[in-house]
Amino acid sequence: MTDEYSIFALVVLLIVLALVVVRLTSLLAVAILAGAMSFILATVYTLLDAVDVAFTEAVVGAGISLTLMLAAISLTTRHEAPWRGRPAERVVALLVSLASGAGLLYATLDMPLLGDPAAPANLHVAARYIAESPASTGVPNMVTAILASYRGYDTLGEVAVIFTAGVCVIALLRHWREGKA
Amino acid sequence: MSEFILVRVVVKIMVPFILLFALYVQMHGDYGPGGGFQAGVVFATGIIVYTIVFGIRRAVEAVPMTAVMAMVCCGLILYAGTGFATMALGGEYLNYSVLDSADPVHGQHTGIIIIELGVGITVAGVLTAVFLVFAERRARR
Repeated sequence: MTDEYSIFALVVLLIVLALVVVRLTSLLAVAILAGAMSFILATVYTLLDAVDVAFTEAVVGAGISLTLMLAAISLTTRHEAPWRGRPAERVVALLVSLASGAGLLYATLDMPLLGDPAAPANLHVAARYIAESPASTGVPNMVTAILASYRGYDTLGEVAVIFTAGVCVIALLRHWREGKA
Repeated sequence: MSEFILVRVVVKIMVPFILLFALYVQMHGDYGPGGGFQAGVVFATGIIVYTIVFGIRRAVEAVPMTAVMAMVCCGLILYAGTGFATMALGGEYLNYSVLDSADPVHGQHTGIIIIELGVGITVAGVLTAVFLVFAERRARR
């Protein structure tokens, strides 16, 4: 029960931080607060017992994203450029945000409740993974066993995607020898 | 290079521990939270922090661009190659059980450790490379 109250408090804090981020014009503060939001989200995942997801959120959201943002800020500027558009554009932007937010909220109504044992995700192969994975892979961390062994093809595909994205960025940005001049 | 001595000293002390923690996460992914992806991200973060504070020149002295490029490829080759190795040993693609003919469970465990290493090497390589090519481009301007 205390977990539920903690999660509720953390989510409220997350919303408050999001509103603060929208109002701030110092990009440095925005980047650091975005990192703090990732840490709060990681805490929420930990309270939900999803430690692997929490770890990923912490290293990607608060770690590498924040580092890359700080690097980008150190190369560009620390302050947001003032708004130069027409007021009508702001109204359209607000309407689009509200509409997509309402759409997402409406979609969550169809989702099964958190931890519902009758949810489709818990009825299919999950029971088999929990029962068999420690004995058949020798790996106590079920998440690792599923990602690396049961879903080995998917993970291979993900690594191939990361590889392809990396190679594309390198090919586009690297100064190759002939272009050095 | 950062002009603040405090930043330079703190980062110099922290970077080895960040890299060591990445290796811990890599090797401990089968028992605790984490694994190759998280380890690769932490490793790359360590190198990027070093680059921000000490500059691209000193960073590529420590981590040459060719080594980073090799990491990008080697991780994926290690992962995909494990699949071909299991095929050569008579199993299906990525069926690690055949890696240890006596004990299939040990084979599974071995396979998981090898492919997690592949994931870690590629992720660390890609993130480092993406940052370094940006920084290099900026430095040459």
